Amino acid sequence: MVLLQRPHILLLLIDTHQFLQCWIAFGSANEEGQQQEEFSEELLVKPLPDHKLLAHFHFQSSAPPSTSNGCHHHLFPKAISQLVQKFRVKEMELSFTQGRWNYESWGGFDPISSSNAKPPGVELWAVFDVPQHHIDASWKNLTHTLSGLFCASINFLESTATYSTPEWSFPPASGNVRYGTFPCEAVCTENLTPWLRLLPCRDKAGIALLLDRPSLYRGFYHSQRLHLTSTESSSEGIDSGIILEQTLTVVLQPNSERAIEVHASEKHVQPSWSLSSIFGKQVSGRCVLAKSSSVYLLLDRGLVAELKFPNKENGKSAANGLTSENFWSNPSFELSVNPDRIFLEESSSHSKSLSILYMFQVEKYSESEPFDIGLMWKVPVAWLCQQTPLHASRFLMGSGNERGAIAISLKSTQFTEGFMSANSKDGSCELRVDVFQVVPWYVKVYFHSLRVFVDQQPRAVSDFIEKIHVSPSKDKMSPGVMEVVLKLPCRVNTAALTIEFDKGFLRIDEYPPDANQGFDIPSAIISFPNFHASMVFLEDDSLNRSPLLSKFQDKCPVMSYTEVLLVPLTTPDFSMPYNVSTIKCTVFALYFGSLLNVLQRRVAEEERFLKAKAAKKTGRLPLLLSKLSAKLRGSGINQD
Amino acid sequence: MAETKEKSLSDEKPKPRVRPIVRLGIFLISHSFHVSVVCCTAGVLALFLLPVLAKNTYISENALMPGSASPMLSNQHVSDGNRLVKDLTNPNSKSSETGIESHKIIAQYMLDLGAEVSFHKFHPQMNQFHPLHFFSSPDSGKIQENYSCSSYGINTVGIIRAPHGDGKEAIVLVTPYNALKSGFGEALSLGIAYSVFSLLTQVTWLAKDIIWLVADSQYGEYAAVAAWLREYQTPKFSSLSTPNAEMCPDVNNLFELKGHSISGSKFSNSFRRAGTMASALVLKVRDQNEQFEDTISIYAEASNGQMPNLDLINVVNYLAVHRQGLRVNVEKLWSLLNSSWLKSLGEIFESLAKVAKSLYPKWKFGIPATEYVEGTATLASSLYYQALGVPTGPHGAFRDYQVDAITLEISPKFSLDKVWRNDILLRGGRLIEGVIRSVNNLLEKFHQSFFLYLLTSPSKFVSVGVYMIAFALLIAPLPMVAASLYVDANSSSNCSKGDSSTPSAITDTDEHSIAIRSWRWLNSAKLVFIVHLWGAIVSLLPYFISQIPDCSPTTSFMIWVLLSILSLLTLNSVLASPLACAKATQEKEWALVKSVTISSVFIGLGLMSVINFATAEIGALLMVPMCLLAQPLKLDVRAGTLRSFCRMICNLVLGHIAFPPAAFFLLKGMLDGFGNANVGDFWMWVESLWAWNSATYLFIGMVQLPCWVLCISILFHTC
Repeated sequence: MVLLQRPHILLLLIDTHQFLQCWIAFGSANEEGQQQEEFSEELLVKPLPDHKLLAHFHFQSSAPPSTSNGCHHHLFPKAISQLVQKFRVKEMELSFTQGRWNYESWGGFDPISSSNAKPPGVELWAVFDVPQHHIDASWKNLTHTLSGLFCASINFLESTATYSTPEWSFPPASGNVRYGTFPCEAVCTENLTPWLRLLPCRDKAGIALLLDRPSLYRGFYHSQRLHLTSTESSSEGIDSGIILEQTLTVVLQPNSERAIEVHASEKHVQPSWSLSSIFGKQVSGRCVLAKSSSVYLLLDRGLVAELKFPNKENGKSAANGLTSENFWSNPSFELSVNPDRIFLEESSSHSKSLSILYMFQVEKYSESEPFDIGLMWKVPVAWLCQQTPLHASRFLMGSGNERGAIAISLKSTQFTEGFMSANSKDGSCELRVDVFQVVPWYVKVYFHSLRVFVDQQPRAVSDFIEKIHVSPSKDKMSPGVMEVVLKLPCRVNTAALTIEFDKGFLRIDEYPPDANQGFDIPSAIISFPNFHASMVFLEDDSLNRSPLLSKFQDKCPVMSYTEVLLVPLTTPDFSMPYNVSTIKCTVFALYFGSLLNVLQRRVAEEERFLKAKAAKKTGRLPLLLSKLSAKLRGSGINQD
Repeated sequence: MAETKEKSLSDEKPKPRVRPIVRLGIFLISHSFHVSVVCCTAGVLALFLLPVLAKNTYISENALMPGSASPMLSNQHVSDGNRLVKDLTNPNSKSSETGIESHKIIAQYMLDLGAEVSFHKFHPQMNQFHPLHFFSSPDSGKIQENYSCSSYGINTVGIIRAPHGDGKEAIVLVTPYNALKSGFGEALSLGIAYSVFSLLTQVTWLAKDIIWLVADSQYGEYAAVAAWLREYQTPKFSSLSTPNAEMCPDVNNLFELKGHSISGSKFSNSFRRAGTMASALVLKVRDQNEQFEDTISIYAEASNGQMPNLDLINVVNYLAVHRQGLRVNVEKLWSLLNSSWLKSLGEIFESLAKVAKSLYPKWKFGIPATEYVEGTATLASSLYYQALGVPTGPHGAFRDYQVDAITLEISPKFSLDKVWRNDILLRGGRLIEGVIRSVNNLLEKFHQSFFLYLLTSPSKFVSVGVYMIAFALLIAPLPMVAASLYVDANSSSNCSKGDSSTPSAITDTDEHSIAIRSWRWLNSAKLVFIVHLWGAIVSLLPYFISQIPDCSPTTSFMIWVLLSILSLLTLNSVLASPLACAKATQEKEWALVKSVTISSVFIGLGLMSVINFATAEIGALLMVPMCLLAQPLKLDVRAGTLRSFCRMICNLVLGHIAFPPAAFFLLKGMLDGFGNANVGDFWMWVESLWAWNSATYLFIGMVQLPCWVLCISILFHTC
């Protein structure tokens, strides 16, 4: 027994020793006034109007500046910190997305959609803290590193023809930003696994336990994002280290069986769900390394307005910590778990009603008593999510292999009226729209052909475009970039931008293996700098602030991505090179053969020869005979 | 003969050795008569051999994988489709005069499935003759004039977004539907489409968006689809005429639907789009049918003889025959099926194949005579519809935008009981589901299989490499005959001069006259050019004639003929008058004219074969014998031999047949009977040709008609 116990004790000793060391290290860090490495995990669930459910996982790890504790980390992924140090990345965002964000029914005006709705495929942008002439080299190295790290073909963004340098329209406006997208990347588990490996508990404990691959990839939208900011190498005095923010946004259909079987009257009842029914798993306690671990349920403004909570006036008191009964046992729905806290949104200028956030602490739950919230709807509710001021869609015009046009059409949504009153302080109300569009070089855009239509009338470009920046594409070198600031009147119904292009020709080795599919034009970014999607929730303790909620408070401009376009280009018959080379060789042989023949031939000589032959009037046989006889005669002479 | 001459010459005066290729050319030119006879016969024979040479179709693109997945369309979806059919055929839904009610019903059904729905209003565009619009890509049309509120159609469009897809591509399903007088067949086609649509909202394998277009066919199926495509591909952002149909009360009524629906965000009155169209299927169900089997007819010909990729037809054929047990039909010329000469030809080929097989067992090219007759009938119709250049259905509108599309027409065996209706819904639906699933599997657009082919049966085709041989053989003698005529015309005059004067006494004036003589062909070229110019004018004339209001086809045609003759006479008197006096002095003038005509015909046919092969083939069948045989009747009369008499008869017959209106009436008579032939029919036919921008019209106006006129002028040449 003793013998058996001894190693345990030894291990314990070692453990405590290490722990003490860690403790000392932390203590010293604290003494120096620095933060520790921190990790927090959060999940936000939000019912969507079209019977779907949005789940937004938010993991945040932060590391203090490396100057304080060398290059060793406890929680923070080392790969990321090395990457930041090596390439001196100031800010970076990488997203892998599958499916499309449905701006019309899932909204576009809240912090979740404006920062987590991403274009399909891979999108990467990075800001570097290096001299101008080193940026491109850093970018190339960064793409290769990330490509290895996430098992994705991000390295295709290395070539200068695929990434661009936005001047000012891209949100982190500065000259050091590089932006590239790769729309045809297929996103799957092999990208998720390395992403999860960056978490301290991976998907073995905590909220990440819910990330069941089959149910995630069955969803309608799936976007995993990695955003990091670092002030590691900034010249300014403030050092906050690196903050790594990993989010995963999925839109799922809670009820697999169709509503058709249900009676027509119950057709519009939202499906009831629980975490275990949508993910097939439950949360059994938090990740022990996490500082905070909580699950939120968000009822957005439209839904809250529709639900009509009986006593809205008491909202303030509820927010102050008095958990009022009627907030979760509403006549229209029922929660399976009592929320730990309820947050009410601070009054926003954009909307009359306020959203409600229910918070559940995961810490309380354990393996024996797993955490699982469920929501049961009792009556049909229908609401609309808050949409972007203008709904943007982009499409191709024209047909054929020669030329075409890209059109971006903006259509006002019903929410615009609400904003107008808020925005028209000074008599002339204007709506600012930024358009950022990258086109690959083989789509040769004629920027002079930019045309603006406002309310179905062709208008002069200078009337509505306040600022425009264009960098034309160079063949095989760089893509074309167009950044436009539009100033539209608030009462605009429709607006459209069209721009014409010619389709270029590629060399045969530049075609991808599936050339006949067509070529992608990456999404355009439409942003509305005048509008900020932020949600400020009333919180009492500012010390214990949740990273997700503080993220919601950030004033980020409302952004939306347009569709990816597919341009069919002329493709050669790929068996052609063989045919062409054979034909070419034949032609060359014929040409050179006849040329040499002509050059060698002496016409006059030939004629003389022929004449001589004609004079002799002898055939071949007589000639031979005469020669023979001459020889014979000659020999005879010799003999003589 | 030439060689002997050459030998005799070389005996006197040594000549440099002639290159073999040149010698071959000289040989061919000198024997042009025999060569042309052999080539033309071979060409016609090769055309008749095409059904024998046809290959079996095969699925070329591996990604299509038709029929590899078991169909998911269940009875549940069929009963959904049945519900829609019942609602549409319900007499209550037809109470409204404009048929808006049924559009509302369809839209509501689509919305209930969770699809995005929008209405597309359109004004039917009158088909007009745009002289310069041939071959040009379809444009957005000119700014529309003020239309009255009453004349507009409404397309109902439902879109399913693929849950995992990136929305770059879309598959279009079209069902023409006339709300005002819809037969049961149209309702049934909507039922089939709806059952497929309701299945596709649930499936997880969808990678491309699905667009279901219910095309309002009260102004024609094609017009509705074309209007929707025009709006999809080349929208107009500006509308100059503000009092447009938005103001009409009916339309506002239509949009009230929005209020009724709970999921209001799914419905919008703006035009909705999905990505690049990968392919399109038009589904129709025929009303009456006397057949004893469920059959499905495939229509594929689009404008100017363009065909969709063969793989699309293959997939439909494979799924229909091997999975759903439907019989697949391709259009045939029914009149050819009973012709005895074709049957005997088929028997000859069959017996030949038997002989060949007995000689060498590996030669297996024969097909049974009945199959041969059917193959020929299908081939003839395939050639005919391609040559006409008029699309055979609404799928033609898609081809103008490089989208592969076909029309499927299901003709069920007629019976009214419910079991039968469910059966046709299930089988039709499963067929459509299978085709959509196959196209959905495609990573790239259709490119693997053939675009240039002629069908001889739904599962047999003749590819471009084979059918071009027949055409090439047919037109091969043209340049040879032209060259030999030119050489003859020059050398004969040379010889006649040469005999009179000794070679030693060649003076400057003679050299000058030789130079003039060698340029003599320019006169003939001028004549040919003038006639072609006249052809261009004639083909432009209908544009002006169509501007005359209230003109019956017959009178229009008469005006056209009169104006054409008038313009020919004027042109001749203005431009060709100096030629006329020169003509009298020269013998063999007609040979030069014929030579230039033949070369121009050769060029014309060669160009046409690139644009529309079928037109060129049919044109070559008519024009090549006429050009080759043309000789002044006077000469034949003078000669008086049997051979010249035969030639004269042939010339006269061909001269009648090759005249375009005559050829048209002959063809029409053969197909429909001569009883109801009307002079105005030709005008109507021509009108339809230019309305569809058919290149055949240009070919007739600018190649065939001038050629005919030139040949006639040769026939009546005074020499």
